[in-house]
Amino acid sequence: MSASHRLAAAPASRSTRAGTHLWVAQRVTAMILAIAVVVHLVTILIAVRGGLSAAEILARTQGNGAWFAFYVVFALAAGLHGAIGLRGIAAEWLGWRGRGFDLAWLAIGLVTGLFGIRAAYGLFA
Amino acid sequence: MVEGGVLKVSVWRGDAEGGRLERYEVPARANQTVLDVVTHIQRELDPSLAYRFACRVGMCGSCAMVVNGRARWTCRTHVKKVARDGELELRPLANLPVIRDLATDMAPFFDKWTRAQGTFQPKDSPDGTVPEEFHVVPPATPKRQAADAGIECIGCGVCYASCDIVAWNGEYLGPAALNRAWTLVNDVRDGARKERLEAVAGDAGCHACHSTQSCTERCPKGIDPSGAIAGLKRTLFWNVFGIER
Repeated sequence: MSASHRLAAAPASRSTRAGTHLWVAQRVTAMILAIAVVVHLVTILIAVRGGLSAAEILARTQGNGAWFAFYVVFALAAGLHGAIGLRGIAAEWLGWRGRGFDLAWLAIGLVTGLFGIRAAYGLFA
Repeated sequence: MVEGGVLKVSVWRGDAEGGRLERYEVPARANQTVLDVVTHIQRELDPSLAYRFACRVGMCGSCAMVVNGRARWTCRTHVKKVARDGELELRPLANLPVIRDLATDMAPFFDKWTRAQGTFQPKDSPDGTVPEEFHVVPPATPKRQAADAGIECIGCGVCYASCDIVAWNGEYLGPAALNRAWTLVNDVRDGARKERLEAVAGDAGCHACHSTQSCTERCPKGIDPSGAIAGLKRTLFWNVFGIER
């Protein structure tokens, strides 16, 4: 019998793994957001200061796959990052803990991301 | 505090059901620790006062209490450094059940060390036998240095009583247990790395930490549990991508 087997089984390993994955997801989305927010704001500044009209902006975004892909990633990262952050606050302040709440927060994050994607699709299609 | 003066000391008296502050007047001395004050109260004023101490020289960690709102070793705290206008307020360590007066029940604290797999599991001698050869761990290696940084913890509970996250989340393992786990994760002789990392992950483990660093600020040994917890998070982060660090 190996040394490690003599240890007691770690309690609630499924929830610790879920916790780790959500934590990693929040860190990774934070890294994405750090870049995406800068790109987003700089693009807005350039568009506004350059005096582009709505029609000129649409001409640039419609059919632009790279632009759409960027906003899909951005919107998903923002939705998930925000939901996981709220999950942490709700767990500490309201005691909302457990798998059911985790799944609900994940769903809220994805739905929020989908709203963003829908908006981007409106400018793409 | 001047020799000949009087210290006004409020001491929390009570048990698990609740309690209140009681006031005592203790003669001030030129050189006097907070533990001296507590001992004076118990020996001269009120023998029913419950408190805990053993070594009196900062080795055992049993005399930790909350002194004027801050967890400290009372044996290594001079009254003149913490008294405000000649007043002291002494309470039992926070975040732990009170047995009576200034004595807390440390069981939940040490139970969490067990939950964090804080026991060394020798890789070379699975059945607890003495290995044939000593394992050579060069002092200059990064892992050895990371283990050394946290190894001097004596389990006094000051960090645990100072931690906001423990106060908010009773399940949270706390800085001392996680610091212990981090020393073992860095111990190349240890064979239970995987199980230990799993035990300290998640919302009751290192991922609950907000890095507010009260533990690091208040540790009487100058240990950095907050840094240890960050190390655990880092290791677990790369583990998710299959990278062993």
